[in-house]
Formats: sequence, structure tokens, C-alpha cells
Amino acid sequence: MSIWEYANPKKFMQTSAWLLPWVTGLALACLVAGLIWGFFFTPDDFRQGSTVKIIYLHVPAAMMAINAWVMMLITSLIWLVRRHHVSALAAKAAAPVGLTFTVIALLTGAFWGQPMWGTWWAWDPRLTSFLILTLFYLGYIALWQAIEDPDTAADLTAVLCLVGSVFALLSRYAVLFWNQGLHQGASLSLDKEENVADVFWFPLLVCIAGFVLLFVALVLMRTRTEIRARRVQALLARERLA
Amino acid sequence: MWALLIRDLRLAVRAGGGFGLGLAFFLLVAVLVPLGVGPEGDVLGRIAPGILWVGALLACLLSLDRIFALDFEDGSLDLLTTSPIPLEGVVAVKALAHWVVTGLPLTLAAPVLGVLLNLPVGGYGWLVLSLLLGTPALSVIGAFGAALVVGVKRGGLLLSLLVLPLYVPTLIFGAEVVSRGAAGQAASVPLLLLAGITLGAAALLPFAAAAAIRINLR
Repeated sequence: MSIWEYANPKKFMQTSAWLLPWVTGLALACLVAGLIWGFFFTPDDFRQGSTVKIIYLHVPAAMMAINAWVMMLITSLIWLVRRHHVSALAAKAAAPVGLTFTVIALLTGAFWGQPMWGTWWAWDPRLTSFLILTLFYLGYIALWQAIEDPDTAADLTAVLCLVGSVFALLSRYAVLFWNQGLHQGASLSLDKEENVADVFWFPLLVCIAGFVLLFVALVLMRTRTEIRARRVQALLARERLA
Repeated sequence: MWALLIRDLRLAVRAGGGFGLGLAFFLLVAVLVPLGVGPEGDVLGRIAPGILWVGALLACLLSLDRIFALDFEDGSLDLLTTSPIPLEGVVAVKALAHWVVTGLPLTLAAPVLGVLLNLPVGGYGWLVLSLLLGTPALSVIGAFGAALVVGVKRGGLLLSLLVLPLYVPTLIFGAEVVSRGAAGQAASVPLLLLAGITLGAAALLPFAAAAAIRINLR
């Protein structure tokens, strides 16, 4: 079996089995702590009232939606270059998680935009590029579903991911050209001037950590499932041969 | 390569090749939109650049799966991969053939449909120029999408889902050229960006598409 030659899923399964409860626990702890801190122990914004608290879901989800795609890009590259199956499966596992984060970011953004901008949706560059990112995720997942041979599917989705990344980036700057935004600028950056006030900043950091850990936990879990599914397939194939 | 181009053009133009399909679709869009939106000239004139570009894009999309699917089914794609021309060249030629039978007629028909949509006078030159520069990108990107799904039975919907997000920058810059030109503003910046996308896509995507075909034929 080619799977066992090129990658070492056994090692991955061992490490991830050990890692998973810790990551999951930490993710839950961070999310619970950050959300409770953010929702109940921070003041309302003087202009936005309590709607500002959507930030604790919106910003981390949006960050992870992009980071998930970057992770898929890296794992796709590793798959294309080194042919590690675990890498391809991790990209496959990350896609629905990233899609969910994208949808969460769009939905919370709509809930936030309705009272603040007076509209659920505006064709703002950031919103538009997130909608396009959703389409990219959908296409990627659909391509995985459509192709039966797992190796062919992994190769083709990896190629799509590479080309898609270029076009996603291009779209991001194209929409900037096309429309000026309603969305505020960066809330988080290393440049202190642009940051949100510290009272919101610290619980937000905890929430971001929670979302990162949640993403890692979900991807580990889903990759383990994919590996197990592959093993079942391999066993069934062997049984048919015997 | 020349022979391949002639062969593809001949196949497309003769019966069952779907040569007129995109053009007919484009015409229908331009006729149906005023029926839906209403006959007010200034409203139509304002949305005309976008409608014409979206119509051209969707018309291109219609015939994309023909680029490789028929050759894949009857096995001639296997022959082409073993031919002396590199597969990247085959992809480029097939994208070119697709452009000649869809993008080029669309470009030539667009000014006529611009009249139907009450496009402002200043916009016609920009419309033709932007379509001329932009539709090759649509064909090349589409060839890449078609190469990805060539092994999928009835991959038409999947192909649209994959290709539409890739079309976004082309559409934005293309429509922007026309609407700026129609409004009498300087349109050379989006035009240059559009040309850049076309050149970049034509230079790089045949390699990605050829890789996808090799994977599919493995």
C-alpha cells in the first residue's frame, strides 16, 4: 500500500491521540474564559453599546477563516512536494472547519452590521472578499467530494488550492479597487495606535487563542477520522483480494 | 499545434459543436435584462457595463466543459498527451480555440448589444477593448477549471462552482474599465490590470491545467 510507504500515519495517530485532549481542554477553557470575560466583564462601548461584544466571536472567526486557508495551502504544498498522505488529509479535514469559520464571520458580521450600519449586508471590500472566500471553500470541498480516487482527489484539490490562493489574493485587492469600504480598518495589529482599547483587547486575545486551539483540535480530530477511514478502506480492499 | 487549432475550430463550428450557444445566450441576456429592469434609458445605461460583462462571462462558462470533456471521452486526449507537442502547449491551443469560438464573437457582438442596453456613447470603444483583453483570461482560467473536472461525470455544476470565484478579478476590472469609460473617466488603470491578469493567466495557468490533466489521466 502506497499510503504506508510515504507517510507515517501511525506516528501521527500516536502523537495526536496524546495531544488531542489537551488541545481540546485548553480550547474550551480559553473560549469559556474569554467569552465570559468579554460578554459580562467588559464595559459597553460608548457609541456601539453592547453590540461591540460581537467582536469576541467575529474577529477570531474571521482570522481563523483566513488562517485555515493558509494552512490548507501549506499542507497542499507539502503533499505535492513530499507526498505525505497525512498532509493531504489534514488539508481535506481543515476545509469544512474553515468554511464554518467563514460563515460564522459573515453571520456575526451581519448581526453586527444591522444595528451599526443599518444593513445586514453591504458590498464592502472585506465582506465581498469573505463571500468569495466562502465560494473558494465550497469549490474545494466539492472537488474533494466529486472525485472518487483519493490520490487523484488529493492532487487536484492541492492544485486548485494553489491556484485558488493566487486568485483569492487577487480578488482581495480587486475588490478594494472596486468599492471603498464601510468596514473599519484593522482592529488588531502590532502597531499600537490602531488597536482597540485595552479593556476589549485582552479578552479578545484570549478568545483568539481559544479559536486557534479549537481549530487545531478540530483539524486533529478530523484528520484522525480521515486516517481511520483510509485504514478501513485499505482493510476492505485487502479482504476483497483475499 | 496549428493542426490542433484547426481541428478544434472545425469541431466547434460544425454541427453539435455549440458554436452559437454562447452567442445566443449573450443575446438573450441583453434582451431579457431590459424586460426585467424596465425601459428607462438612464438606469439601463448605468448597469449596461456590468450586464454586458456578466453576460459575456456566463456565456463563456456555458461551453467550458467542451474544452476537454469530449476529447477525454473518445480517448483523443490520451493521444494528445503522448504527442510531440508538450501538454502545456495543447492546453494553450485549446484555450485559444475556445476563445476564438466564444470570446471573439462575444467581443464583436457586444457593441450591438450595448445599443440595446443604452450604453453611453463613450463606452463602446472601452467595451470592445476590455472584452478583447479580458475574454482570453476567461478562456484560460476556464481551461484550467475544465482540466480539473475532466474526469468527473457531469461535472458542469462543479465546473461553474470552481471557475466562478476565479473569474472575480477579471470581471471586476473588466466591468470597471467599461463603466469608467462610459462615464468619461480615465480607464487606463483597470485596463492595464485587466491585461495583466490575462497575460499572467495565459503564462502560468496552462502549466497548472496540464498538471491537472496528467493527474486525471494517470
